[in-house]
Amino acid sequence: MTKKNSPLERVEKELKKCVKCGACRANCPAFSAFQREPAVARGKVALAQHIMKGDITLDDGSYAAMSKCLLCGSCVEKCPNVVPTDEIVVAAREALAQQRGLTTFHQAVGRVVANRSLMNLGALAARILGPLFFRKVPATSGLRLRFPLPFLGGTRHIPQLAKKPFLKRHPEEIPGKPGQPRVAFFVGCMSNFVYTEIGEATLALLQHMGCTVVIPKLQNCCGLPAMSGGDINTVRELAEKNLAVLEACRADYVVTSCATCGGALHRLYPLVVGKRNPELAERLKALADKCIDTAVLLQKLGFNPEETGGGENLKVTYHDPCHLRTAGITKEPRRLLTATPGVQLVEMEGADKCCGLGGTFNVYHYDSSMKINAGKTAAIQATGADAVATGCPGCMMQLSDGLKQAGDKTKVIHTVQLLASKIRR
Amino acid sequence: MLKPQVMEQLKKIVGAENFATGAQELICYGYDATQMEFLPDCVVHPADANEVSQILKLANVEKFPVFPRGAGSGFTGGALPKGGGVVLVTTRMNKILRIDTDNLVAEVEPGVVTEQFQIEVEKLGLFYPPDPASLKFSTLGGNVAECAGGPRAVKYGVTKDFVMGLEVVVPTGEIIRTGGETVKGVVGYDLTKLLCGSEGTLGIITKIIFKLLPYPAAKKTMLTVFDSIDGAAQAVSTIIKGKIIPTTLEFMDHATLTCVDRRFNLGLPAEGRAVLLIEVDGDPDLIEKQAGAIHDLIQPLGLVQFRVAKNAAESEELWRVRRLVSPSLRDVNPDKFNEDIVVPRSKVPDVIRKIEVIQQRYDIPIVNFGHAGDGNIHVNIMIDKSQAGQEEKAHQAIKEVFQAALDLGGTMSGEHGVGLAKQPYIPLELSAEQIGVMQGIKRALDPNNILNPGKMFPA
Ligand SMILES: Cc1cc2nc3c(=O)[nH]c(=O)nc-3n(C[C@H](O)[C@H](O)[C@H](O)COP(=O)(O)OP(=O)(O)OC[C@H]3O[C@@H](n4cnc5c(N)ncnc54)[C@H](O)[C@@H]3O)c2cc1C
Ligand code: SF4
Ligand code: SF4
Repeated sequence: MTKKNSPLERVEKELKKCVKCGACRANCPAFSAFQREPAVARGKVALAQHIMKGDITLDDGSYAAMSKCLLCGSCVEKCPNVVPTDEIVVAAREALAQQRGLTTFHQAVGRVVANRSLMNLGALAARILGPLFFRKVPATSGLRLRFPLPFLGGTRHIPQLAKKPFLKRHPEEIPGKPGQPRVAFFVGCMSNFVYTEIGEATLALLQHMGCTVVIPKLQNCCGLPAMSGGDINTVRELAEKNLAVLEACRADYVVTSCATCGGALHRLYPLVVGKRNPELAERLKALADKCIDTAVLLQKLGFNPEETGGGENLKVTYHDPCHLRTAGITKEPRRLLTATPGVQLVEMEGADKCCGLGGTFNVYHYDSSMKINAGKTAAIQATGADAVATGCPGCMMQLSDGLKQAGDKTKVIHTVQLLASKIRR
Repeated sequence: MLKPQVMEQLKKIVGAENFATGAQELICYGYDATQMEFLPDCVVHPADANEVSQILKLANVEKFPVFPRGAGSGFTGGALPKGGGVVLVTTRMNKILRIDTDNLVAEVEPGVVTEQFQIEVEKLGLFYPPDPASLKFSTLGGNVAECAGGPRAVKYGVTKDFVMGLEVVVPTGEIIRTGGETVKGVVGYDLTKLLCGSEGTLGIITKIIFKLLPYPAAKKTMLTVFDSIDGAAQAVSTIIKGKIIPTTLEFMDHATLTCVDRRFNLGLPAEGRAVLLIEVDGDPDLIEKQAGAIHDLIQPLGLVQFRVAKNAAESEELWRVRRLVSPSLRDVNPDKFNEDIVVPRSKVPDVIRKIEVIQQRYDIPIVNFGHAGDGNIHVNIMIDKSQAGQEEKAHQAIKEVFQAALDLGGTMSGEHGVGLAKQPYIPLELSAEQIGVMQGIKRALDPNNILNPGKMFPA
């Protein structure tokens, strides 16, 4: 019997596509960490099927199983039947939260793993990080889900909040050269509050290309961390706000330097929010079509890294963020890096493997997250590179944590920072 | 249903974190690639032969069934706990114990993933050829238990051809060694070969000694398109008759090509009716000559296209055609029965013609592709289970396909095994006497019928 009004209904068709072949065992990072079938995509799909049918008691095991997903999309990318397990997990998390009468899956998981900071996420983060954090970071920002971390374990390295958020530093519109595209810059929480240098580099590069850059002050968190918590109401609220704000920019492109934000705008908004609100679907689709990663846009505009980048003699290795790789973006950043003077690109083993952050996965399962990351750290070290470049601030945080804990001095840097290193700001 | 005390004992043997009775675990260890589902009573993840032995000894005392499981990628339900019992998962036994470059042998635990093993031996310039399409996720234990094969079987053979010795926990719980690591060895019965393909019914494999080869110096990939299925089929025997044994000779029929082309637009010539993907490996000069010879041999057989990959990237591009087959098939119909008959190489055209007749008679699409080089054809019967009567029709058609293969001197299954899925058809191929001998062996080794009961032979 199908449970009525379950969020799982919106993935009912997708659930049927899985043929249980097991191919996802080869590339699911959650499976690589836990080595148990409920953690693999196939297992989560099977459980979702049973939750949907209502023939499984919703004990802690279901929460635990559904928490073991990084929403990285690696399974979807390689699945012969393109089963969207990430989307299914989001729906299952939402369903599970509902079953317990809670608004978010985080709270539910928090109870299961008896983790108070998860149960009480926003408030606790604010208390510990102090009024400054509370004032600076809005209640809906995904950052709040990421920042109780230091208090979950002692060894964790986290970056500092910037003195002044990126959005506060720049006017809403910076005119460019005539004939060049009008670009809306979707900054994202990490580049706004933490790695502001990514925002600066992106802006500098867009200006270098003569683009008119619109940086809407009212832009919000993309909502991916909330999505990972099955908190679809927050996601929808954020998606609608961001949609309105970005539409108002009347831009040719919506550019991001955050792979995660790109993943939300590009894939998950239309899938998760669009499916529930058909009237929004078309607009979200139009937004998705305009959304573009900075490296890809630069390449498209004929950008030449020799003009603005490099300068140092740097051996660089590149990490593929899942949310770029699964969108098919692997060549562009490498091409740009290779063409950057002074940069020698060396490939690491398994550059395409997930770093282990997985949004809030890292909060639920820090040890497993770092277990996945350990392979990455080793691969980076084996290259002997001076720096590891990547296209996602989330990955940067995770890679830094792993490297620092290993006592390694390899720099972690965003691709755009290398490309813009010669531009004075 | 297992008694609580027995569950406690199992938990003690493997440790609490390697023992599960939660609904989620039971569901997730109750399926495989057949998409059938049965719930076990509990799941255990033993660490080694010793723990496996204790579990089986307990099973003989308490009389509960034990179902060995690797990755659960089997196509015939071999790992499924039909009737309930204990699923014994080999995932934790995942170490490559040694790779001996002096004697070209390696010893591994059964939970090692096939590709992982290949990567490690290749790092040392060595080669483990068996390449089931599931190699990225299937386990070596599962490969041995099913005697898995792949495209490279034409030249190199299947899994059993590389197994030199085993460590096995027999159903009554004793740990034995079979075979060894010498090329020759004739003392006693060849239990190693008996265990290969035994589908987890005669013992649980806890270590495997594999033979290895030097990694071939080079390979060459060719994509050849023919204007008739007969042309392609004749090409297979002509190449072999020409004393060339390619590494692979993969075959795709017209229905397959139409599926792939519709979705991925590969730009194959319109008059193409069948494709052979041919690969040769070995010394660079030799394979250069072989590629030329192959071209000359098959030219008169209605060859309409001959593409040779110049480098690894181009080779990958040609292989893409073959790899896209599976994902494309579902465009034909949502459900499929994937059978893997084998006929003597020269009989491939005959069996394809027979299948065409069956397809017309039952009016359901049948798509054929596979390893023509060794006569192993994947026959995909495409149906829509939601339509009344289709499944029944498919079963009838399958039976006729099997019969066609048997009539031509072939077998029902080259790779996937019997398990639960092919059980009803066993009497088509094996006589009552043959089944009797096999069941005698089973009874001798497993008097209490605790290891993977209900598989292979009809009850
Ligand atoms: C997409 C796909 C492609 C495939 N392609 C091929 C192919 O090209 N060629 C081919 O031959 N097969 C193929 N298969 C079938 C399957 O992958 C193979 O049969 C494989 O060998 C099964 O390995 P596994 O680890 O998944 O075993 P499982 O499915 O877990 O088990 C298979 C059988 O082996 C037994 N078993 C497992 N481990 C042990 C052990 N340690 N000791 C004793 N018994 C054990 C089980 O009881 C069961 O009977 C394919 C499957 C899929 C899903
Ligand atoms: S999710 Fe995809 S890859 Fe995984 S078992 Fe299902 S069909 Fe296979
Ligand atoms: S999204 Fe990533 S972690 Fe989640 S099931 Fe898929 S591969 Fe595994």
